[in-house]
Amino acid sequence: MYGARVAFQPSAATASSSKEKKRRGEDDDDEEDDNEGKGTEAWERAYADERSWEDLQEDESGLLRPIDTKTLVHAQYRKRLLLRSSTGGSAASRIQKGLIRYLYIVIDLSRAASETDYRPSRMAVVARQAEAFIREFFDQNPLSHVGLVTMKDGLAHRLTEIGGSPEAQIKALMGKLECCGEASLQNALELVHGYLSQIPSYGHREVLILSSALNTCDPGDVMETVQRCKKAKIRCSVIGLSAEVFICKHLCEETGGTYTVALNESHFKELLLEHAPPPPAIAEYAAANLIKMGFPQRGAEGVVSICSCHKEAKVGGGYTCPRCKVRVCELPTECRTCGLTLVSSPHLARSYHHLFPVAPFDEVSPHGRPGQRLPTTCFGCQQSFVGQGGAQPSLRTSCPKCNQFFCIDCDIYIHESLHNCPGCESQRNSSVL
Amino acid sequence: MASAPSKLYQDDVSLVVALLDTNPFFWAGASLPFSEFLHHVIPFINTLLLLNQLNRVVLIATGTSSCGYIFDSGDGNSSGNSNAVCSGIIKKLEDFVGKDSKITKGSNGDSTRPAISSLLSGSLSLALCYIQRIFRCGARHPQPRILCLQGSPDGPEQYVAVMNSIFSAQRLMIPIDSCIVGAQHSAFLQQASYITGGVYLKPQQLDGLFQFLAAVFATDLHSRNFLRLPKPAGVDFRASCFCHKKTIDMGYVCSVCLSIFCKYHKKCSTCGSEFNQAAPDSTIPDQKH
Repeated sequence: MYGARVAFQPSAATASSSKEKKRRGEDDDDEEDDNEGKGTEAWERAYADERSWEDLQEDESGLLRPIDTKTLVHAQYRKRLLLRSSTGGSAASRIQKGLIRYLYIVIDLSRAASETDYRPSRMAVVARQAEAFIREFFDQNPLSHVGLVTMKDGLAHRLTEIGGSPEAQIKALMGKLECCGEASLQNALELVHGYLSQIPSYGHREVLILSSALNTCDPGDVMETVQRCKKAKIRCSVIGLSAEVFICKHLCEETGGTYTVALNESHFKELLLEHAPPPPAIAEYAAANLIKMGFPQRGAEGVVSICSCHKEAKVGGGYTCPRCKVRVCELPTECRTCGLTLVSSPHLARSYHHLFPVAPFDEVSPHGRPGQRLPTTCFGCQQSFVGQGGAQPSLRTSCPKCNQFFCIDCDIYIHESLHNCPGCESQRNSSVL
Repeated sequence: MASAPSKLYQDDVSLVVALLDTNPFFWAGASLPFSEFLHHVIPFINTLLLLNQLNRVVLIATGTSSCGYIFDSGDGNSSGNSNAVCSGIIKKLEDFVGKDSKITKGSNGDSTRPAISSLLSGSLSLALCYIQRIFRCGARHPQPRILCLQGSPDGPEQYVAVMNSIFSAQRLMIPIDSCIVGAQHSAFLQQASYITGGVYLKPQQLDGLFQFLAAVFATDLHSRNFLRLPKPAGVDFRASCFCHKKTIDMGYVCSVCLSIFCKYHKKCSTCGSEFNQAAPDSTIPDQKH
C-alpha cells in the first residue's frame, strides 16, 4: 500500500518539475528533458539512454549472450602491445627498464576533487582506484617502494612515508580524506623532490600526480621547480580527471613522463594501471649498483622467538635474517636491526618477465597463404579455429619463433599474464637463461 | 535471478589437468617401470571421473623435446566405456613418446649432453592456456587445478618460465599439486605448490602410488578444507647465484637486471652494466641476450 502510493508520486513530481524547468529555461545535465519530454516515470528514464537489451545477441543454440566484442578487444590489445614495444625500441632488443622504483603518488584533495561527476565523488573514486593500483604495483615490482602525498589548501602534506609494503599505504587511503582549498603543484613537487633526494642512487625516482583541479596556486615560479625536478632525474607523470592543463603537460614533457586525461571511471582505471609495469628507463637516470641482499630461510614450525617487527613472541613460521639472525614476519622487508634488504627468490623472479618479454605474435589471415595447411586447433588451448556451421573461421596469430598458431584469447593471455609462449617452451632449444 | 559473477564455481566439481612426465631417460632408470606407473595413473583418472558426473580430466604429456595433449574427457569423442578410454590413452601416449624420441634423436647431434630434464614449463603453460579457455566459457564452470606427476630432475634453464607460470597460476587462483615419482625432491615444484596453495608429496613407496594419489589428490578444492593433507617440511626459498649455481643466503643483486652474485663484481655478466659505488656515472647497457 505504502509502496503503491510512493510509486505514483514521482511521476507527478517530475511532470511538474520538468515543466518548471522548461519554463525557467534551465538546461540540466539530465537528458530526460530532451527526449520523451512529458511526464516520464523514473523507471522509464533509466531505459531512455541505455537500452541494455541491445547488448545481447543470440548464439547458435538460442541462448542469450553479450555481443561478441572479441575482435574489437583483440584489436585494441594489439594496438597497445605494438605501441608499448615500439616506444622502447624494437621488440627484439632488450630494453632497459627501471625495476627498483621509488614512487610517490600525489593525490589532489582540493575543492575540485569533491565534484560528483565521478560517482560518488572524484576523491572517492581516486582513493579506490589508487588502492587497486598499489596492490598491482607491488605485485609487478616487489622490490619497489611507494609513498603518498596530498595536495590540500594550497599546501602539500605527506600522508605516508615511502615504504615497501602495501598495507600501510592502503590503510592511510582508506582513512577519512577531506577536500578543501586549492591544489598547489609547486609545493607538492618541492616536497617530493626533498624526499626523493634521500633515496639510494640505484633507485628510479617517479611521481604520479592524480589531478582533479584545473589550476594550481603556487607561492613562486613553478617552472623553476619543474627544472629542479628535471635536474634531479625525477620522472613525473600526471593523470587528469577533468581536462588537459598546460603546466601538467609541460611538466611531463620535461621530465619524460606521460600525461593522460581520463574520460570516465573505467578509462581512469585503465590509465592508472598502465603505470604499474616498469617504464622504459633512461640509462643515466639511475646508477647501476650491486645491492647487498639477504635470502632468509623459513623458520621451522614450533620454534618460539620474538619477532623484530611486532616485538612480541611468535611460534613457528617467520624468516631469519642471515646476518643478524633476528626473526622477521614477512618478506620483502628491511631488517630493522642490521638494515639488510631481505627478499626471497620469487620476488626477484616476478620481475624477470619484464627483462625477457614474449615477442608479439604475427596475425595470420583465416585462410592463410595458398598452399599452406593451417592447423585446425589452437596450440595452447585446443580450441577449434573453424567456425561452427558455416560461420567465419576465427582469427589466429602465430609466434615468430616457434611458428605455432594460437587463438586471439590465448594471445592476449600469453602477453598480458603468462609471459611464456607455450610453443617456445615446448621446444628444447629455446631456453632464455 | 541474481546475476552471476564472472567466476561462479560449483562447489565440488573439478577440472584436473594432469601433467605426465614421459622422459625416457628418467623412466629407463626408474625403480617403477613406466607401464606399472600407467597402471596406477589410469585407474586414478577413472576415479576422478567417477567422483562426480561433471568432473573433467585433461592429460598433457611432458616430453624431453615436446609437450602435447593426450586426453580430454570433455571431448565428445572420448566418451564410451572405460576400456576404450584406457586403450585410447595408452595408444596416444605411445605415439607421443615415439614422436618425442625422434625429435630428441634428431637434435641430439648438436647438444653436448643428453637432455635429462623434461619440459615442465611447456606443459604448465599449455595447462594454463586450457584453463583460461574454460574460464571464458561462461559463468558456471568446474574448479580447475593442476596435478604434476614429475620424475625428472629440474632443468635450471627453465627457471624463469616455470616461475612465470607459477605467478600466473597464483593470480588465477589455480593450485598446483605435485607428486614426485623420482628419486630427489624438486625445488621448482615445492615452490609452485607453496606459492599457489597446492599439495606437494613425494610418496615413500611407489608400489602404493594409486593409494597415495587417491587419498591425497582426488579430493576437490572445497572438500580440502576439511582434510588434513601433507604439509611440506620446509620450502627453500634461497636463491642460487648466477656464477656458481650454488645456493646462497646473502648475495649481491644487480640493480639493472636483478641477477644474483655471491661476490662483489666490477661488471654484471648478464647485462654488462658497470658498477661503481661512487657518484652515478653513465653506464653502458650492453645486453648480450
